[in-house]
Amino acid sequence: MLKITGLHASIEEKQILRGINLEIKPGEVHAIMGPNGSGKSTLASVLAGRAQYEVTGGTVDFMGKDLLDMSPEDRAREGVFLAFQYPVEIPGVSTTNFIKTAVNETRKYRGLEPLDAVSFLKTMKEKMKLVNIDQSLLSRSLNEGFSGGEKKRNEIFQMAMLEPKLAILDETDSGLDIDALRIVANGVNQYRNKDNAFLLVTHYQRLLDYIVPDFVHVLYNGRIVKSGTKELAMELEERGYDFIKNELAVSEGA
Amino acid sequence: MTMSDVIQNINRAFQPTGPLVKIKSQALADFNKYGIPTVKHEEWKYTRVSGLLQVPFAIQAENDIEPELLQQYLLPCSKDGYLINFENGKFASSALSIEGVTILPLAEANQSDFSALVDMHLGRSGKYHPDGINAMNTAFAEFGAFLFVKKGQKVDKPVYINYISDNRSVPTLSMPRMFVYISQGAEIEIVEHFISLGTQDCFTNQITEVVVEQDAVVNHYKIQNEGPFASQVSTTHFTQIGKSLTNATTISLSGNVLRNNLNMVMEAEHGESHMYGLYLLDGKTHCDNHTIVDNVMPHCFSNELYKGIMDGESTGVFNGKIFVRKDAQKTNAYQSNKNVLLTDMASANTKPQLEIYADDVKCSHGCTIGKLDEEALFYLRARGISERNAKSLLLHAFAVDILENIKSEPLRAYVDQLISERLEFNF
Repeated sequence: MLKITGLHASIEEKQILRGINLEIKPGEVHAIMGPNGSGKSTLASVLAGRAQYEVTGGTVDFMGKDLLDMSPEDRAREGVFLAFQYPVEIPGVSTTNFIKTAVNETRKYRGLEPLDAVSFLKTMKEKMKLVNIDQSLLSRSLNEGFSGGEKKRNEIFQMAMLEPKLAILDETDSGLDIDALRIVANGVNQYRNKDNAFLLVTHYQRLLDYIVPDFVHVLYNGRIVKSGTKELAMELEERGYDFIKNELAVSEGA
Repeated sequence: MTMSDVIQNINRAFQPTGPLVKIKSQALADFNKYGIPTVKHEEWKYTRVSGLLQVPFAIQAENDIEPELLQQYLLPCSKDGYLINFENGKFASSALSIEGVTILPLAEANQSDFSALVDMHLGRSGKYHPDGINAMNTAFAEFGAFLFVKKGQKVDKPVYINYISDNRSVPTLSMPRMFVYISQGAEIEIVEHFISLGTQDCFTNQITEVVVEQDAVVNHYKIQNEGPFASQVSTTHFTQIGKSLTNATTISLSGNVLRNNLNMVMEAEHGESHMYGLYLLDGKTHCDNHTIVDNVMPHCFSNELYKGIMDGESTGVFNGKIFVRKDAQKTNAYQSNKNVLLTDMASANTKPQLEIYADDVKCSHGCTIGKLDEEALFYLRARGISERNAKSLLLHAFAVDILENIKSEPLRAYVDQLISERLEFNF
């Protein structure tokens, strides 16, 4: 589904990603972990098309298409979803109208008729249950005055509405208490199936207790330096990121 | 054409007769003394009107506007309201009947039971605008109209005042004048709208003075949406002589040079006024909103929020003056101006001016000039919304809180539609 090869990216002349290689197949959940500043969020941003980052090398193939060549909106319409680490508050834009616009523009791109008011509401009701989100929240301005947990639940709700093939969750666990984390994880798990895939970007192992990954990758200094299964995440939790740094120092020294 | 030609033409068009001759003659003398303001005049620093007036205008021209033609230019929502028309600066409606409301030509009002009100209040905006533009209008006050709302009368439908320029064959200079008196406990909605029928230059120098008595409520709207050959200096001057509520909303969508003066003189304790403005400009449109809140008496509240979106090579100007006189303790006066520039060629100038002579007051002001929030734009696009629609959504969201202050539902819906069309919102 997604094949990243030799991806390099920089922001304001500063090199952040230094050759990422990663392949994600349908049905898989990958977790990207790493210390602060390792490039985790940069990777998520570059995949979603955030303009501040400049891709300086490498390719990203998504379902046979060149992802890096597409506008952010076309990436979304093709089925890439980024759950933001910091969802943006937009006063004056109602959450419902926003989602309706997003859903219908995406449907149009995919050659589908726009959802009429009745089926849109029906779909919304269904997906709201996934993350326990309340109708009153959706009639408010987008994310305005939402608590941290509400914002993250809203992200997962949007994901469910847009039905992406690949969902990238950028530190979706940050700032969540354990109950909110459970709700968010539960939403993700219900959406998870054999045809879609997830890339979880996280600093802590905690999220992975709830959303169990198939693969765990450690990002350090702009490269994936270690890959493994969920046991790797446990090890990181136990030993901290220093053990990776030490291992690297040893191998580079030799 | 030189400036002295312009001044001569005004003097030639002046008629030194009729019931208002005293105030008119004084105004003409003031006009000759002040002349036309240039950009050296502090209040006209950003707005050049002198060049606009150097045109061989027909002044307060005769006209013969076919009603069927005019019909096409009226706001669609105005069919549910009362209509007052000015044609080339002259009050042109005579057969209007509104319960509890008297409408008269201003010259006639000055000889009626209302003469004391006219004598007392007509021309009070002049004190705040010692310039040739204000005086020029007053010199032609005999063409104006007087609108009186009797005590306790709640006017059932909005009153639409249309300032129509027939600039089809000649350039026109029009000076419409309204004097409105809202008696105790009365309520009214007034919509002022500018119309031009042709493509010759037209310049409208309009003044509306409104006196508001105790417990009265006035909702006032101004809609400017003309072609690139129409310019205006539009002055709206409220005097609250009793504890009352005034809301004024100015919507400027297109035109050549638009200068709006909005004054709130708070002459009674516990007066309240709200001033909202939205200027959504493109092309070379220049829109200048000058507001004055003059707190004369204590315990008054005023709030103003002006928002601008500048596209193309347009320019937005906001100048907000707040006076708090020495007796006006416990004044609350707030002001905010926010601007979004969509191109590198667009510009915004904003200037708050607070002059406070009392020591126990709460005043605040703030202004911003910026571009659309990149992060918000990316957030919308990352959900599959096109860049164009994302921009439209954000701009509409930026503008919408101004529209929320339009009480009349049909008017609000109409303005919202105009704005959505302008922003090319397209699902």
